[in-house]
Amino acid sequence: MSAVIEEHHHDDHHHGPAKGIMRWVFTTNHKDIGTLYLWFSFAMFLLGGSFALVIRAELFQPGLQIVEPEFFNQMTTMHGLIMVFGAVMPAFVGLANWLVPMMIGAPDMALPRMNNYSFWILPFAFTMLASTLLMEGGGPNFGWTFYAPLSTEQGPPSTTFFIFAVHLMGISSIMGSINVIVTILNLRAPGLTLMQMPLFVWTWLITAFLLIAVMPVLAGVVTMMLMDIHFGTAFFNAGGGGDPVLFQHVFWFFGHPEVYIMILPAFGVVSAIIPTFARKRLFGYASMVYATSSIAFLSFIVWAHHMFTVGMPLAGELYFMYATMLIAIPTGVKVFNWVATMWQGAMTFETPMLFAIAFVILFTIGGLSGLMLAIGPADFQYHDTYFVVAHFHYVLVPGSVFSIMAAVYYWLPKWTGNMYDEALGKLHFWLSFVGINVLFFPQHFVGLAGMPRRVPDYNLQFADYNMVSSVGAFLFGFSQLLFLFIVIKCVRGGVKATDQVWEGAHGLEWTIASPAPYHTFTTPPDLKDISEAHG
Amino acid sequence: MSTMSDEAYEPYYVPEQSKLPIFASIGIFLTVYGMGNILIDMSAGEERSIGIWVLMIGGLVLGFTLFTWFSTVIKENHAKMYSAQMNRSFVWGMSWFILSEVFFFAAFFGALFYVRVFSIDWIAGEGGRGPSDMLWPGFEASWPLLNTPDMERFPGAHTSMGWLGLPLVNTVLLVASSFTVNIAHHGIKEGNRQKLVLWLAITVALGIAFLICQVLEYQHAYDELGLTLNAGIYGTTFYMLTGFHGAHVTLGTFMLAIMLGRAIKGHFRDDDCFGFEAAAWYWHFVDVVWIGLFVFVYILGS
Repeated sequence: MSAVIEEHHHDDHHHGPAKGIMRWVFTTNHKDIGTLYLWFSFAMFLLGGSFALVIRAELFQPGLQIVEPEFFNQMTTMHGLIMVFGAVMPAFVGLANWLVPMMIGAPDMALPRMNNYSFWILPFAFTMLASTLLMEGGGPNFGWTFYAPLSTEQGPPSTTFFIFAVHLMGISSIMGSINVIVTILNLRAPGLTLMQMPLFVWTWLITAFLLIAVMPVLAGVVTMMLMDIHFGTAFFNAGGGGDPVLFQHVFWFFGHPEVYIMILPAFGVVSAIIPTFARKRLFGYASMVYATSSIAFLSFIVWAHHMFTVGMPLAGELYFMYATMLIAIPTGVKVFNWVATMWQGAMTFETPMLFAIAFVILFTIGGLSGLMLAIGPADFQYHDTYFVVAHFHYVLVPGSVFSIMAAVYYWLPKWTGNMYDEALGKLHFWLSFVGINVLFFPQHFVGLAGMPRRVPDYNLQFADYNMVSSVGAFLFGFSQLLFLFIVIKCVRGGVKATDQVWEGAHGLEWTIASPAPYHTFTTPPDLKDISEAHG
Repeated sequence: MSTMSDEAYEPYYVPEQSKLPIFASIGIFLTVYGMGNILIDMSAGEERSIGIWVLMIGGLVLGFTLFTWFSTVIKENHAKMYSAQMNRSFVWGMSWFILSEVFFFAAFFGALFYVRVFSIDWIAGEGGRGPSDMLWPGFEASWPLLNTPDMERFPGAHTSMGWLGLPLVNTVLLVASSFTVNIAHHGIKEGNRQKLVLWLAITVALGIAFLICQVLEYQHAYDELGLTLNAGIYGTTFYMLTGFHGAHVTLGTFMLAIMLGRAIKGHFRDDDCFGFEAAAWYWHFVDVVWIGLFVFVYILGS
């Protein structure tokens, strides 16, 4: 990132980046660490994406063509794990690192050395996780949800390394979220109240709380697995009085808040971008904050809707069904607010706005299929079919991933000081938009017709839609190389960006120079712009 | 960028580049990689594992790095590089860390409650669950679960662990230690170093006494009660809850012992003692977890 050049004050508190590779290894600077997170995330996105393409290549037509079923299972597992823990979560942490201090007028993250530690654990964790594919017995093959007893009784030996890799990711996430939460609570510029913070900061505050609450539960459940595998305990073995279903309860107590961890910061990004390009204030700021908090609260009490078919008592089925449906209310508030923000706005459609609008539409489709899945009796039909795959990919890919891309296009000029190539950006958007819908929309149909998830071969009746889906997958996958090209091109040069970058952009990060100086707000800013600090 | 006047603002300390985190990352990676190797070799029936060496090197790297890291923080604090705002960051950081620990224990308590309230009854056929009745006909639900459904693979304990005796002694020790650490804190606030050192030393001694009692209790359980890790869900929940608690007591005692050393060197002042307070908060947290254990694992569990 040669573009990150800043004025060099000859003063102890104002110094530029160190030279060479060690700058990145030893850095305590939130912008450097944000960049590291984002590049790491992109590398994992390509790795997890290549696993997805193996899956889609195998499913291009019925019958076994390319890979063995054992390896296919490892691909579905590793694709899920790497995308969730390696691509989406680190990308949002990277955005938080870059943006939160600049948005609240802080000199850096609250605990800069721990910030570096949070990042540098990840490459080790994912090297260990990916290396399991080369180990005797292969890598984890039980799906990213690693249900016991499949994982504890029948998993490969490398399951142990998978468990420790999850521990490392958890340690990294907990330290990272402690850093975010402390930064937001303690380092806001004087006079910046909580209800004046940009919504991205709000959503990250709540996300960090969710992470601190549920990552230890994930650590707990993998520890139970470890003990069952190696020390003869009986957590998930009914022969000893335990219960395999206990695994699912503990896992989903982590897993459901986890899906909100991957979407709440996306809400924050979209809530920043739409007002800018609609040239209006965000509609319903306070209701956005309350809706986000409500979603976070509800996320803790709905986990068993992932387990409707497992044989819960009827009262449990009903409770989890109704509680889940409640989530549609705060989510609806959000979608309404985004649409109302655009209403009668003077809109332009630069690449970030295109991604943001696509987010609103496609995430809503994913939300609606989620509402269908929340209906217990109907879920007995949908459960473990491609309908579920279509649902969560609609919320995660054109949801989380699109919001990350929107964020990169939106803030890239601030990070690099250069405008990206708008024509190529739009091309990337349309290729992605078409690719993603061709990829995932047909999966609704094969799912409703009964095609199960996680199978390398399928009934002939599903052949056509699977072929369409695979074509969309390769279109979407290879379009991301264009994204890589656009970002590198922008880092290396281009039209110089102004400080405000976007005509309608408001907030502290747009008051500083582009590219953002290496150290910003070493003394807190004067908040005369505060009335406009939140988008 | 408009800024406030520099005089009115005490700068927030942003450290220079640091070698500490990367060494800590390498250390923690080698530690878990070694542990993974040891466990896999152990379960495969290997005599030796290269993992032991990896674990030892990793542990040394991690331990040495963390020691240097904390020393650096203490030196920076003594050099007056930290503002009041910086200290609040440490306070918040420790508080949220303890909350994450609460949720870690919640997972294991949750497992205990789930098994006791729901799943054991279901295995015994309650709620018309036929298949489990077919697998293990005649299995009866009880707690503590001494007769497991599959007694060959999970031989249940002969007797459950009572709450009188060692567990009660341990409760007294740990609750008392929460009071003594509080008296030590008063010592700092009153500027009375003797009081601080004396009561902190007593606290550390109580922590060590607790751990010794726990070792004796485990020996008793293994040798005389047949209560092992392998004894089905009762042994599982018993050892995992008390074991993780014991690990936290060990860490807490270690932290307090470090604070004792620092207290003897005269590190703490009434307005500058967060290292001590963080350790004391952790200690209180460990104490509260024990109360939960004593009630739900020992009293209601035997």
